Amino acid sequence: MSLLELKNVYKIYGELHALDDVSLTVEKGEWVSIMGPSGSGKSTMMNIIGCMDKPTKGEVLLDGVDIAKESKKNLTNIRRDKIGLIFQQFHLVNYLTALENVMLAQYYHSMPDEKEALEALERVGLADRAKHLPSQLSGGEQQRVCVARALINYPEIILADEPTGNLDEKNEEIVVELFHKLHDEGTTLIVVTHDPEVAEVAQRTLVLRDGKLSKEIVNEHFTGKIRFDDQNPF
Amino acid sequence: MKKRRMFIRMITASLIRRRSRMIVALLSIAIGATILSGLVSIYYDVPKQMGAQFRNYGANMILTASGDSFRMSDVQRARAVFDEDEIVGIAPFRYENVRINDIPVVAAGTDADEAKATSPYWAVDGDWFSVHGDVLIGSGVAESFRLKKGDMIEIAYTPEGSDESDGDDEVVLDNYDYFNVVGILETGGSEENYIYMSMEDMEALTQTEERVDVTEMSISASGDELSEYIDEINAKVPAVHASVVKRVTASEATVLTKLQALVLLVTIIVLALTMICVATTMTAVVAERRKEIGLRKAIGASDKSIIQEFMGESMLLGLFGGAIGSVLGYVFAQQVSVNVFSSSISFRPLLVPITMIVSIAVTGISSLVPIRSATDIDPALVLKGE
Repeated sequence: MSLLELKNVYKIYGELHALDDVSLTVEKGEWVSIMGPSGSGKSTMMNIIGCMDKPTKGEVLLDGVDIAKESKKNLTNIRRDKIGLIFQQFHLVNYLTALENVMLAQYYHSMPDEKEALEALERVGLADRAKHLPSQLSGGEQQRVCVARALINYPEIILADEPTGNLDEKNEEIVVELFHKLHDEGTTLIVVTHDPEVAEVAQRTLVLRDGKLSKEIVNEHFTGKIRFDDQNPF
Repeated sequence: MKKRRMFIRMITASLIRRRSRMIVALLSIAIGATILSGLVSIYYDVPKQMGAQFRNYGANMILTASGDSFRMSDVQRARAVFDEDEIVGIAPFRYENVRINDIPVVAAGTDADEAKATSPYWAVDGDWFSVHGDVLIGSGVAESFRLKKGDMIEIAYTPEGSDESDGDDEVVLDNYDYFNVVGILETGGSEENYIYMSMEDMEALTQTEERVDVTEMSISASGDELSEYIDEINAKVPAVHASVVKRVTASEATVLTKLQALVLLVTIIVLALTMICVATTMTAVVAERRKEIGLRKAIGASDKSIIQEFMGESMLLGLFGGAIGSVLGYVFAQQVSVNVFSSSISFRPLLVPITMIVSIAVTGISSLVPIRSATDIDPALVLKGE
């Protein structure tokens, strides 16, 4: 059974078909990129996969459960237990330290554990910045805190929305390297991006256009590393 | 780490690290709590404060004879019913018909200090009688006899049983003495037609032993308490009949009720204004933190958690605001009391926890609607970066 399966999913706002008969599957441990220009339906798809929105029509099976039929409360529980979210704008609670921001995810999930949260920050190379507030961290560091927060509860899927959108090349490389490590450990990754360099690192790239899946590119030479100098396949 | 510890860590972090924002909310709660606790202090102290003020308007209890007259020992027995600190003044009066230049006038014997205490509104031009031979005369008497301070007057008294009407041939033997007018009394009442002298002078003039006709009592008590004292005196001292001066006690009760109602009304208005202020501040806080709420929901916070966290914050603010308010409220009440009633207010320790609890409750209730609206925030907004 696939970890995630979308079957003939539609999201319709009035006349607009934000998602128009989209079907796809993501296997456990797979690293998938979703690409597309703005307005192509990427965000809508993110929201649906991230259990923050429901499709107008169709089935969304996450671990065999059709989340399209679940209540708002159950969606919150599924999101908390199975999904780790990473955002383009980082979105850290600005009055909590890096460590407390990671512990926040533990707090909602189960039980806050300072030691474990510190280990997660160590994994993203930020153990020494644990007591810093987001305003005292660089953009790249903030995004790494987000990664630590996303992985702290061992989610089934890490869903990243433009994770490198606000980062310089160096930090972009660090974040992708972190994804690579997570992938190696068996975490399923879905990365929404408009950056071809980040997209092509994944095992598979799905291209959205006008709410439809227009292309699927399988990375034959998957290494999980950015090839800045390579020719862009898209 | 326990969940509760993380909860406390989060809400204290929010209050401390966002202190510039929170200080506005804290100030509004503290000001509300200050006025509330101050007004409640005043509300409970008003009867005491006003009681002392009302005692300026004269006696609120009167002793009359159940028979012909009563004696000073009866007054002393009635006095023993009260705590000494409740007694403002107990002035015995003995009235006799005397004559000045053969014109009848009423003279009253009393105790100058006690009369001063029971009737502080009496305006005396000159002095009260203090030594033997001094009299205080009413302005009416002064006018009728063209008397002024420093004049000497002869006061004559006809003892009982020597009434002129008894027979033409009976010799009238008047008692008389000379008195020094030391002061002119103005009260706006019938007292202006009397002559006042010491009890001892009255006894010497009439050559009779002590006797009291009326005793005016000014007591720091009102309403039911006063009625209880009256019953006690009537039971314990059969020679006297105690009663309230209805004119004074009734107006005291009316003014007190109105004043307390006014304080209560202001308290309710302040309470309502505080609630509006807190609700507005919390609405602004929620609006300002929409992204944070969305984020919290996105990473798995339930509506219940969001409500708990914001309610925890607002209640903690209520606690701090209440603590500050209960201290400042005492200072405020003290200032009002000193400036309006010229006396200090007593500190009520119970008011500190009560102010804190009310402050927490008011903050909690006012935050309900804004916090409830926080749960309606769509977490997807965060992802969209809106």
